[in-house]
Amino acid sequence: MPVVAAIFQTQLFVSVALAVVALALILGATAYCIYFERKVAAWIQDRMGPSRVGPWGLFQPIADGLKFVWKEDSFPAHVDKLLFVLAPTISFVVPLVLFAAIPWGGQLDVGGGNLVEVQVANPDIGLLYILGVAALSVYGVVLGGWASRNKYSFFGGMRACAQMLSYEIPLGLCILVVVLTMGTLRLEQITAAQTGYWLGFIPQWNVFLHPLAFVLLFICMLAECNRAPFDLPEAEQELVGGFHTEYGALKFGMFFLGEYAHMITSGALISVLFLGGWHLPWLAWTQPDAVSWGAALCKIVVLCAKVCFFIFVMMWIRWTLPRFRFDQLLRVAWQGLIPITLALVAWTTGLLYFGVQRSPLWTLWGNVLILAAALAWVARARTPVTGRQDNLPPVGAGTGGAG
Amino acid sequence: MVNPAVIASLEPYTAIGVTILLAIAAAVGALAVAHGLGPKRGGPVKDSPYESGMPIAQDTARRFNLRFYLVALLFLLFDVEVVFLWPWAQAYYAAATGSAAPVVLDGGQAAGKGFLLIGMGLFFGLLVFGLAYEWLRGAFRWNQ
Repeated sequence: MPVVAAIFQTQLFVSVALAVVALALILGATAYCIYFERKVAAWIQDRMGPSRVGPWGLFQPIADGLKFVWKEDSFPAHVDKLLFVLAPTISFVVPLVLFAAIPWGGQLDVGGGNLVEVQVANPDIGLLYILGVAALSVYGVVLGGWASRNKYSFFGGMRACAQMLSYEIPLGLCILVVVLTMGTLRLEQITAAQTGYWLGFIPQWNVFLHPLAFVLLFICMLAECNRAPFDLPEAEQELVGGFHTEYGALKFGMFFLGEYAHMITSGALISVLFLGGWHLPWLAWTQPDAVSWGAALCKIVVLCAKVCFFIFVMMWIRWTLPRFRFDQLLRVAWQGLIPITLALVAWTTGLLYFGVQRSPLWTLWGNVLILAAALAWVARARTPVTGRQDNLPPVGAGTGGAG
Repeated sequence: MVNPAVIASLEPYTAIGVTILLAIAAAVGALAVAHGLGPKRGGPVKDSPYESGMPIAQDTARRFNLRFYLVALLFLLFDVEVVFLWPWAQAYYAAATGSAAPVVLDGGQAAGKGFLLIGMGLFFGLLVFGLAYEWLRGAFRWNQ
């Protein structure tokens, strides 16, 4: 049976098998993300959270899923039927497709010395693929708002469009800083290039080279996921449900699964770009030369732990920070994030000219200088970056009253 | 015969294609099942948009704030910039570090890092100038 065995050892077979397994696991994981979110919210607000369905409420996601399926799949007469169905489908499919390019477990020896990547797909343009596909997710929200023919939905869709477009530019520029540092768009090479050490003990993760880009990328990802404090498209106090006001049953559920799947993808991407992906210092099984099954599994666990960390931080932020006002939201993007990321790109370009793009001393100097310049600008600006709306009189100058 | 190297380079995209098909199948299958299982009871109230119980005043196909249009235009401008920067970053990295074969210009000579730096510097400077201009004109002020 050497032919059959050879098929099992090809990259394509591993890729397809991994695609099936990853898709199933991630659908389950998103359902449990919702449970986790409710538990985190309860913990932060000193409540119990879901506790009735099964032990510690662990079967709550299953009950929710069944309920989604058994509810009426409503098609109101006023909606644009095709786009109305297309929108949740896009929201759901796009983050799942993104998983294909995430390097989960480095290389694996599948027998006979055949090394395969534990990654569904490893195209030359991995990062470009991720950015391109991720940009499609705006269609889910915008089309949902448009097709609903509901003014709340419409405003939610318009806001989502402006927000996601605005934050996509600093997102791309932050990733470009990594590209200029690493010189490759292949995610598995970016991970492998971060496995060395400085001074023998500090792992060469990009977060230590560009902490500012790391933080800004995380902020942009919050906005791309429509997570608080960037959840204006579904600001329930203003817009009822925002873009999903008219949705019910599983179509509503798919928007939610899509949002949480997007959080997982974002967490995985930022882990790969800045936190060394599956690499953990001093653990022999998470080094690039460990290719056994145990090592691959260990690397997957390490990456998943990093993703869980980011998901937890996203939830923590959601239940801690208030929502932005819309003018603040756009000003943060255009007058805050974009100039800073442009400066970071320019600085990294200069470092690359002299070949010191991976020298922490130089990159950290740039980060400090740019942050100091930005803070100095904010301190001397007449109007603060956030604060009172421009069209209102300054505090204390009006005729009184809270209006 | 197709070049085997071409087939090998298509392998990741085959896997991506399989993933896309699987994800779409999961989505369409789940929607179809839910559509079949759920009850179906219509009615005039269900067929009208939910706007907090108020009678519907206007359709949504109406004018919206021009600012949204402005943001979309700005996005086009800057996203084109980012798209230009990506392949340039690869070429510049190759020229600056010698890690890959340099990009060859029309004249047959390799693009040096200084050439790539100045070329992108001009383009970059123009866009920063544009950003500063928009900023001073108040394009980023939502409330004016």
